[in-house]
Amino acid sequence: MICQECNQRPATLHFTKIVNAEKAEYHLCEKCAQEKGDMFMLSGATGFSINNLLAGLLNMDPTVKKKEQDTFEEETILQCDQCSMTFQQFIKIGRFGCAHCYKAFEEQLKPILRRLHSGNSSHNGKIPARIGGSLHLKKNIEELKYQLKESISREEFEKAAEIRDEIRLLESQLNTNLEGGK
Amino acid sequence: MSLERFINQAVSSWMSAEGPDSDIILSSRIRLARNISQFKFPILFSNDEAKSVIHKIKERVDDSSFTKLGNMELLLMDELQPLQKRVLMEKHLISPYLAENSSYGACLLSENEELSIMINEEDHIRIQCLFPGFQLLEALEMANEIDDWLEEKIDYAFDENIGYLTSCPTNVGTGLRASVMMHLPGLVLTQQINRIIPAINQLGLVVRGIYGEGSEALGNIFQVSNQLTLGKSEIDIVEDLKSVVSQLISQERSAREALEKTSNIQLEDRVFRSFGILSNSRIIESKEAARCLSDVRLGIDMGYLSDISKNILNELMILTQPGFLQQYAGGPLRPHERDIRRASLIRERLKMENQ
Repeated sequence: MICQECNQRPATLHFTKIVNAEKAEYHLCEKCAQEKGDMFMLSGATGFSINNLLAGLLNMDPTVKKKEQDTFEEETILQCDQCSMTFQQFIKIGRFGCAHCYKAFEEQLKPILRRLHSGNSSHNGKIPARIGGSLHLKKNIEELKYQLKESISREEFEKAAEIRDEIRLLESQLNTNLEGGK
Repeated sequence: MSLERFINQAVSSWMSAEGPDSDIILSSRIRLARNISQFKFPILFSNDEAKSVIHKIKERVDDSSFTKLGNMELLLMDELQPLQKRVLMEKHLISPYLAENSSYGACLLSENEELSIMINEEDHIRIQCLFPGFQLLEALEMANEIDDWLEEKIDYAFDENIGYLTSCPTNVGTGLRASVMMHLPGLVLTQQINRIIPAINQLGLVVRGIYGEGSEALGNIFQVSNQLTLGKSEIDIVEDLKSVVSQLISQERSAREALEKTSNIQLEDRVFRSFGILSNSRIIESKEAARCLSDVRLGIDMGYLSDISKNILNELMILTQPGFLQQYAGGPLRPHERDIRRASLIRERLKMENQ
């Protein structure tokens, strides 16, 4: 579809405006839409950034709405105690102030992460080698436990026994690791 | 400065070297976002913290440099001229954000420019590997090695459940953004691209033109990248992108074959007209230059034009950006002067081919 204003560029923005039950449709390219400006409430030249979108997404969140209703009570202001960013600030700029924010806003964050990462809310990838030492073991054990279940359901008991021994070995390793760490 | 020397200095390896499937894939890029656990993120950190971030990374480099890539150079944004920053940006070695907005931004650059580590961008550390052609897995491997090397001495902000912590929640988890730059003139000419882009978006991938604004893709160059960073492993993210890109490659190839069969002479005409414009024009806007370069590159790939090196599109798309033109000219240029300069740079570059 070609932009109805300039008749040159392809129309990328489509608006439907209803005033007094009268419906009008507009098909514009970004440039003409910006020139028409106020009519479509588009912000200036820089346009819409990911952060605006993100902020919009966060605002729809029910936990956030609820917060707005009782902002009278000062105690309910959600704030990171490390960098003192408030949850409201985060919603506005779409960025966290420090690593601790993830803990401070953990509850509010869960639905947001799920929405951003199509349903996922836990990490399944790389673990840093040094600081994640015992985490590697834990993930290994989890994986083995899954394999154990699988082989039991397939009635491969010899294999299951092997896996069980391996899990025990890793678990004892994990325990000494944890004690050593302290 | 002679053009040849200027280009030799200006061209990064990803622009000149040939990688796998480089008739369609210009480059593959992997970016990892990392933060240092003890400091606040760049949007809130103090100047002292910012300096400490740079210091920590400098220490790591001085301690035992990552020798595989040769010497690495630390560039402090505050010490660079605006034009130098712009040139780095046009080469995709630093982001616009690092060049314009960051406080105490810096960049650690490998000699061959395959690796750039941005410091104090939106996150403390952004490892970026840029390889020619279709080499996503190779780039991921390199990025992982650099990541491990840094982590030996630097404590990353990492959470057991949600992975690497980043300033923006859209990067949390793996902190991985994988992308390829593709030249897709066949899909654009046969108007298939408008159907393909929404389909790809549904798979959790993003397609956008990297030159030009909005939905327009100058020079028929598109970037395809992953959107999700949480829940999938790095290798899965890259493999998913790889399989979609492989399909795009075969779609593009069959579009080119169809074009050759149905409108051979029109296509040949188009290629040679564009070649004529590039080798003769005295004033050329970036839009027209991009269009003609895309045609000429297609002509080379399809065998209409020989004796011209394939990397002409990659190279000239970068070299004819405003920053580079001004650096070549040795000073600021007005838009109109740029168009003249651009035309002469392209003409000279094409002459070099005939020597």
